[in-house]
Amino acid sequence: MSDKSPESIIELRGVTKRFDGRTVINAVTLPILRGETMVIMGSSGCGKSTTLRMMIGDYHPDEGEVRIFGKSWATMSETEANDVRLRFGILFQSGALLNSMTVGENIALPMREHTDLDEQVIRIMVKMKLELVGLRDFEHLMPAQLSGGMKKRVGLARAIALDPEILFYDEPTAGLDPIATAVTDELIRDLSKKLGVTSVVVTHDMGSAFRIADRMAVLYRGDLIALGAPDTIRNSGDARVKQFIEGLADGPIPLRQSSKDYAADLLGQV
Amino acid sequence: MSAGLRTAVERLGGLGNDGFSYIGGLGYLAWDTVRWSLRGVFGQPKIGWSALTFQMVRVGVQAVPIIALVHFFIGMILPFEMAPVLRDYGMLNQIATIVVKAIFPQLAPIFSAIVLSGFAGAAIAAELGTMVVSEEILALETMALNPVRFLVVPRVLACIVMLVCLTILADVVAWIGGLAVYTFFLDGTVLEYYERALESLLYRDILSGLVKAVCFAVLVSLISCHEGLRVSGGAEGVGRATTQSVVKSIVAIIASNMVLTVIFYYYWPSQ
Repeated sequence: MSDKSPESIIELRGVTKRFDGRTVINAVTLPILRGETMVIMGSSGCGKSTTLRMMIGDYHPDEGEVRIFGKSWATMSETEANDVRLRFGILFQSGALLNSMTVGENIALPMREHTDLDEQVIRIMVKMKLELVGLRDFEHLMPAQLSGGMKKRVGLARAIALDPEILFYDEPTAGLDPIATAVTDELIRDLSKKLGVTSVVVTHDMGSAFRIADRMAVLYRGDLIALGAPDTIRNSGDARVKQFIEGLADGPIPLRQSSKDYAADLLGQV
Repeated sequence: MSAGLRTAVERLGGLGNDGFSYIGGLGYLAWDTVRWSLRGVFGQPKIGWSALTFQMVRVGVQAVPIIALVHFFIGMILPFEMAPVLRDYGMLNQIATIVVKAIFPQLAPIFSAIVLSGFAGAAIAAELGTMVVSEEILALETMALNPVRFLVVPRVLACIVMLVCLTILADVVAWIGGLAVYTFFLDGTVLEYYERALESLLYRDILSGLVKAVCFAVLVSLISCHEGLRVSGGAEGVGRATTQSVVKSIVAIIASNMVLTVIFYYYWPSQ
């Protein structure tokens, strides 16, 4: 395979994505290296989630290509794609647990479906995965009986069920209290250390981002405006990056998104 | 071309386009369902029997009381409506014929399917729609689990099996409803009703009703799954899908019944 950078486990090459003619991601090139924790940041609607969705092969780019494990999503057969899917895990924003199954069954599901493991072994592994996220006593509860933070942790236990090489996190700390946020950050760092996985985290939580990142990417209106180690980002000269990481209301990033003239709009002249 | 006419033509074209793309989507889902069902029965991965039985209980067992009630009443309505006419001709003993000829090939499968669409169809659309909104479907896909295999196949198969069973139940209950009216209100005897019914009821009447039940079950379950899986826009979208699944199911049931009745009239006549 003519992969120029064998080190990068995922690679976005000149990726552009449009929805109904509106450009959401604009010619983004972003390599993610094996073993690192990459945090993708940006304000709401900047294209973070779209980027994630393209990395996991759910959306396909209009231009450019997305490669994962050295293969392009665009040229993969369904079987190849499924093989790739078994090598990564995702923590969805709300956990995305199957509500008709218990916590234990949710975590066991990928193992039951994709391995020939004995039922007994699966049961032990479920307990081990739950222990990793600190919820061993909750195996027999239904997802509806869990709090938002717990659902996320169970979602994480399910994501690591098949010992993936990459873990994707979609807003892992959104909607969590400060303690749960700290616990989650700890968990993400722990997992990448213990399991040696590559982590891709999409977030707009600055504190959490700087705590877990090896490298960071900042998106602004579909453009990649900064990429580098946390210190590089913190000392970035770019006013937009500065405004974002410092959380200032005033700066080059406008609060108002309207392009029409306010007075003319009020008077119905546009 | 005037602007108004142009808009009208455009709207018409848009409707046609939407219609075709909907039917196309449904057809694709149907094909996928057949493919995964065949693989589930003959190859790998095997059908999840526990999921199938769970769906069968959910789809079928809950609907039993309603189906029985509805069909008992339908069985009662027919003799009351037909009795004055038949009495004029001195053919009151033909009530049983009317009941079985109306119930077995037509009313039982139709009303059972409509009850199924309200019971199971709406529930399926709401359930799958909620799963789309909460990213559960995406989660399944990223775990390399095909949602059609995992969610649609058990629901469609459960609907087929259960609607056939429910239609048989409906046949029997409606027949008893007719019997009740015939003996209690029209001074007939049980034996008379029983013999007349047996005399006029053909295998064809029973079987064509069951063939229809299979077709209706496929339509209702596929439409409901399709509506659920294409939900967008949160809770509001789930509500819309639920309503749409019932509306479209009923239209599909009546329309396909018309087509099947015509086909049976020519190729599988009653006599």
